[in-house]
Amino acid sequence: MVNPVMTASGTFGYGVEFQDFVDLSKVGGIIVKGTTLNPRQGNPYPRMAETAQGMLNCVGLQNKGVAHFCDHIYPMIKDLPTRVLVNVSGSTPEDYAECAARIAELENIPAIELNISCPNVKQGGMAFGVTPEGASTVVKAVREAYPKTLIVKLSPNVTSITDIAMAVQDAGADAVSLINTLMGMAIDAEKRKKLLSIGTGGLSGPAVKPVALRMVYQVAHAVNIPVIGLGGISSATDAIEFLLAGASAIEIGTANFLDPAISEKVAVGINEYLDRHHFSSVKDIIGALED
Amino acid sequence: MKKYILDLEVVEVSHPHPRYVLIKLTDTKAPLPEMVPGQFAQLRIDGSSTTFLRRPISIHYMDSKTNQLWFLVQTVGDGTRQVAKLKKGDTLNCVLPLGNGFTLPAGKDEKILLVGGGVGCAPLLYMGKWMSEMGCRPTFLIGARSESDLLQLDLFEKYGDVYITTEDGSKGEKGFVTQHSVLKEKKFDRISTCGPSPMMKAVARYATESDVKCEVSLENKMACGVGACLCCVQDTNDGHKCVCTDGPVFDIKELKW
Repeated sequence: MVNPVMTASGTFGYGVEFQDFVDLSKVGGIIVKGTTLNPRQGNPYPRMAETAQGMLNCVGLQNKGVAHFCDHIYPMIKDLPTRVLVNVSGSTPEDYAECAARIAELENIPAIELNISCPNVKQGGMAFGVTPEGASTVVKAVREAYPKTLIVKLSPNVTSITDIAMAVQDAGADAVSLINTLMGMAIDAEKRKKLLSIGTGGLSGPAVKPVALRMVYQVAHAVNIPVIGLGGISSATDAIEFLLAGASAIEIGTANFLDPAISEKVAVGINEYLDRHHFSSVKDIIGALED
Repeated sequence: MKKYILDLEVVEVSHPHPRYVLIKLTDTKAPLPEMVPGQFAQLRIDGSSTTFLRRPISIHYMDSKTNQLWFLVQTVGDGTRQVAKLKKGDTLNCVLPLGNGFTLPAGKDEKILLVGGGVGCAPLLYMGKWMSEMGCRPTFLIGARSESDLLQLDLFEKYGDVYITTEDGSKGEKGFVTQHSVLKEKKFDRISTCGPSPMMKAVARYATESDVKCEVSLENKMACGVGACLCCVQDTNDGHKCVCTDGPVFDIKELKW
């Protein structure tokens, strides 16, 4: 990767939606929308509620399925001037493995991010990501079917994220990314109604950043595989905090909605920080917290 | 159509109604990009502690000669109230132009009815200007609660014939837009409408019964505005579609109304 900045799944479409705003060759990679074996309509509208310094969503993995992705989306994005990764989700370990195997055949997709942490689907999703056993089962199934780089995206909606991270590492993951959204809820007091169609949703944005930073720090100290940090990163300073906490790379999510050009700006800002502090490489600041 | 993130300068702010603010902007560095009626912009909101996202606001009027872009914003929450606080010389960061516009007439003789209610009238003014430049004269049918809620009638009259209904009868015909006598007197080839959902649904019903083509502009709650987050979906006959990129203008035949 040209730099440690990636865009988070579900916040950057398939990359092409942002080409008017971002020179994609200036970001390390993009992780395209959650893809499942079969098409999914997702949850009904309304799917979004704004909060102070964040937003809740319950999109529910709307996508047209892996066959549509391979036949129609991949040809459109395979030559984008950046690393293109695919976020993979499912409802059974077999689903996950079959979807991953289909994507393994796509030459220009060097890695997948396994979503065992979506809070917005009834089956699968986060259910696998909240116990070490569940996480391990899915990761093992996918590991057998997928020979390239396997990143596993972790849920923060757990008692001990380090236990899950270690289980995922033991099951064969090459890296972990964290955090997915925090489960939350929003209510309209005037109308006395829930604001999201399924009642609950995943919280993202600056509001979750301190939680994400803490979890990245803990996981980076618990595992030997690389950690990718995300959760409310909205500036180069935010990104650098995650790198200092131990992340080898970062993802930008909800901030893409506020400033569609933010990913490129963060990449530039990290370089400025390195210059200002006389570091020669991003590697020099990974986990480089001082006492 | 290429999309831009622009810092636009506020050249004029007025409050034509206690609940509305009219903001006129310009780009001091370059000509404003091309945009068509029915498209919208995502306005960055600064200084609001309770809101977070941009606000999608329709293009009210754009004139390349004066290099001005207008937004008519109804103040409904903390985000739009911050927009209403803008002053001359301030900067407003906008992502634009977004979405698909209204269907433009195929020829000068096509009879277009533009039905607006409340702040939904905003994009119809630009549609009127665009049509006028094509040599067409649209018919505007504007609904409001009361005479005091009718804005900018002089501007609409510049571009087309204006008919009005008010719920209290203080101006035009008393009742709702679908009850106006012009619908019985004139035959239209197409209706484009923007306004409160009950009004648009009533217009869509009228159009279906009268076998007139009809399109509506939806305003579902939105996050990204560029088709990435899939939050603003509308349930259509072809599944969930994004209002921001598949719309905001939809043919009523696509909708499950």
